[in-house]
Amino acid sequence: MAFLSYLFSGLSLGSVYAIIALGYSMVYGIAKMLNFAHGDVIMIGAYISYFVMASFGLPVYVAVIAAIAVCVILGVTIERFAYKPLRQAPSLAVLITAIGVSYFLQNGAQLLWSSSAKMYPSVFGNGQLHLFDGQLSISYLTIITILVCIFVMVCLSLFINRTKTGSAMRACSEDKGAATLMGINVNRIISITFAIGSGLAAIAAVLFCAQYPAVSPTLGSMPGIKAFTAAVFGGIGSIPGAFLGGLALGIIETLTKAYISTQLSDAIVFAVLIVVLLIKPTGLLGKKIREKV
Amino acid sequence: MKTIFDKKHISRTTTYLLVIVAYIVLTILQKTGNLGSLFSGLLVPVCCFIVAGIGLNLNVGISGELNLGQAGFMSVGGFTGVIVSGALSTMIPNGIIRLIIVIICGAIVAGIFGYLIGIPVLKLQGDYLAIVTLAFGQIIMSLINNLYIGIDKNGFQVSFINNTLELGEGGRVLLSGPMGANGIDRIATFTAGIILVLVALAIVYNLMYSRNGRAIMATRDNRIAAESIGIHVANTKMLAFVTSASLAGAAGALYGMNFSTLMPLNFDFNSSILILVYVVLGGLGNMKGTIISTAILMVLPELLRSLQNYRMIIYAIILILIMLVSNNATAKEKISGLFKFLKKNKAEGVEANE
Amino acid sequence: MSENNKAPILEVRDLGIDFGGLTAVNDLNLTVYPEEIVGLIGPNGAGKTTVFNLLTKVYQPTRGTIKLCGEDIGKMTTIDVSKAGIARTFQNIRLFMNMSVLDNVLCGMHNETKYSPFTGILRLPKYYSQEKMIEERAIQLLDIMDLKDDMDLMAGNLPYGAQRRLEIARALATSPKLLLLDEPAAGMNPQETEELMNTIRFVRDHFKIAILLIEHDMKLVMGICEKITVLNFGMMLAQGTPDEIQANPEVVKAYLGE
Repeated sequence: MAFLSYLFSGLSLGSVYAIIALGYSMVYGIAKMLNFAHGDVIMIGAYISYFVMASFGLPVYVAVIAAIAVCVILGVTIERFAYKPLRQAPSLAVLITAIGVSYFLQNGAQLLWSSSAKMYPSVFGNGQLHLFDGQLSISYLTIITILVCIFVMVCLSLFINRTKTGSAMRACSEDKGAATLMGINVNRIISITFAIGSGLAAIAAVLFCAQYPAVSPTLGSMPGIKAFTAAVFGGIGSIPGAFLGGLALGIIETLTKAYISTQLSDAIVFAVLIVVLLIKPTGLLGKKIREKV
Repeated sequence: MKTIFDKKHISRTTTYLLVIVAYIVLTILQKTGNLGSLFSGLLVPVCCFIVAGIGLNLNVGISGELNLGQAGFMSVGGFTGVIVSGALSTMIPNGIIRLIIVIICGAIVAGIFGYLIGIPVLKLQGDYLAIVTLAFGQIIMSLINNLYIGIDKNGFQVSFINNTLELGEGGRVLLSGPMGANGIDRIATFTAGIILVLVALAIVYNLMYSRNGRAIMATRDNRIAAESIGIHVANTKMLAFVTSASLAGAAGALYGMNFSTLMPLNFDFNSSILILVYVVLGGLGNMKGTIISTAILMVLPELLRSLQNYRMIIYAIILILIMLVSNNATAKEKISGLFKFLKKNKAEGVEANE
Repeated sequence: MSENNKAPILEVRDLGIDFGGLTAVNDLNLTVYPEEIVGLIGPNGAGKTTVFNLLTKVYQPTRGTIKLCGEDIGKMTTIDVSKAGIARTFQNIRLFMNMSVLDNVLCGMHNETKYSPFTGILRLPKYYSQEKMIEERAIQLLDIMDLKDDMDLMAGNLPYGAQRRLEIARALATSPKLLLLDEPAAGMNPQETEELMNTIRFVRDHFKIAILLIEHDMKLVMGICEKITVLNFGMMLAQGTPDEIQANPEVVKAYLGE
């Protein structure tokens, strides 16, 4: 029973990683860039939702909507002013710019809201669901997190596979040049991608802070790195891959903490990533690339 | 032989000269008391990051593989150095000799780590390789965070995860997990730092303009063509990776000897990223650029100190603007236009005053 | 050429490769004698470049044997094949674009120089003597390929025709016994092609090597090849002298369709 309980908390952590990883993966798939500032967008989302709930006393759904709105605007703005001018630049230049944006957001937050951590209000209460005559208790937070992740995943799959914009996105990720020739506005598609990724980051922010209720300017770094790892784990650029990678990473991390060692959990998570990449060099669901001679 | 040396030779010579002139000027400033304590404190760390940056530039610029874990190798070198120095402190009281041994040990151990890590890592390509170097950086930090080493009459004692060291009389703790190493004998000097920079430059330049250096660049430019003319791609990449790791290890060893305390967190992911920023801003494959950009970007936050809380945000903005200006023609135009506008206003202001 | 009293340089027997279920090359037999220029022609998609990739072991053959000077190279890696004496150029030019023209050729002599990384870093005497030797030879090669004046330029800044010549120079730098040229005249104007034909003949005579070339320019192929092999759908369609090939109705049909 203890195992099942760990599994559920792993799934819940993994769900948060998965939602963040979706943002990384979509942006990578379409803009072919590693958006290092993604973790900091999560941090901004966390602060916005914190203020809506703690300062204005508004309910959580208002906080989520407000965080999504701010993050979407933020994400699109960053893309417009920092990344768009670098469409033709080497990928390393874009990477460094993303790092600059990350510093900017972290230090901006520190300036506005100080570096000391703020206590995030309890969002979903401490209620628990008791199963098997009370042998297995799962908190409502865990259940809600997992359900939200599944909901997000289903919506995103429908959007990508069933809508016109979604197929335009797939076209852009295959070949931007050909997509332009087909009359697709590539810049608009990239903006939409950043908007979706940042919106997902806001959702992840609320779920993450509900689990780890301390909001600080560096809040986004670690989940950011972990989710980036998850995206690569699943095969970067692949949406089901990001989902799978996120869940796998969350479960591995939680089980390692429970059964092997708390201190070494990070080392083990990254070691698993390396082993996976050695067996499948482009991640679990990544496409194999073969250079034509 | 003329053709090999002409233009490249001049560029290399100016780089060496730049370092030596900087050394002379800074030493005079320091000796005459014109260098503030903040800048004096930065001299050795800047040298260390320059050496690590030169190594990373060999890896990223010359070999063309993105590496997000350079600080991990600095960490290996740094803690190796601290342990070696601690163990040898009574045997070799002479600081200079001990420092040389420490740096060499740091370089060798980091090089061995580089080799072991390189075996799996170099099978991957592009962003996948980058993420694995990131992962290794994290793993190294996590392992050192849980490592406890002590020394007493009976030799070394090592424990992992939990501190179970039971040291005999006169025993000393060399490394204590997340607290790192304390009470380090600070034997690093600016002169040692500059010599290390010059040695690193010589290693990388001489390697670049040799048979193996050409193979490294050929592999970067076109892997398939390189194989077709008989270049062993895996060995070649490994040579660049291990050399880069060794240089980072040497840099880390010197860095560790500059402070009384060294913690695993000193070499976190952010440090790896910082080194990468220095290298990219200085220009890929351009060692002189790495030296200049590392020095400027490390001193910049200190210069901006008067701006207090705003300094890091201004630093970030400068970073973004540099990338935009150096990579986008329109942005370059707009920003240089802005500068011209400011200049013009200033000039007009001067005229009005007269 | 006096085929019968010389041992062949290259002997390919029943060579074939499958990609998944698709057979790209099948039952290929090919013999190249010393100092011979052999053409490999065929319609687009006939598998010509695949043959080169098989000979240089970019792909591993599914069937058949490849012998270079009697030695079986079927199990070798690309690197060992280069050391054994096959050099090639590529259809889509693969130069080291961010290196100088001279460095590109020096790279080709990678295995001719034998000093270790330490010798290079420490600048031991062996470094200087070996570098001097290969540099002299590289400049000679560049002179032959009419690139001597451009040797300090970046390879990426050369015009197209010069890039093709540089690729040949780099391949020759490995001191091959057999040179594989993949569409050397692609993108060249008639005058450049004419000069290239002379260069190829000169290279053969000067270095005494055999050349196997893929080319669509029939004037070049018929002009310099002593022997031609025609491929179609991965199968050998015909083999013979230029005159025989031109007169072969099967070949005409393959090219023009029915």
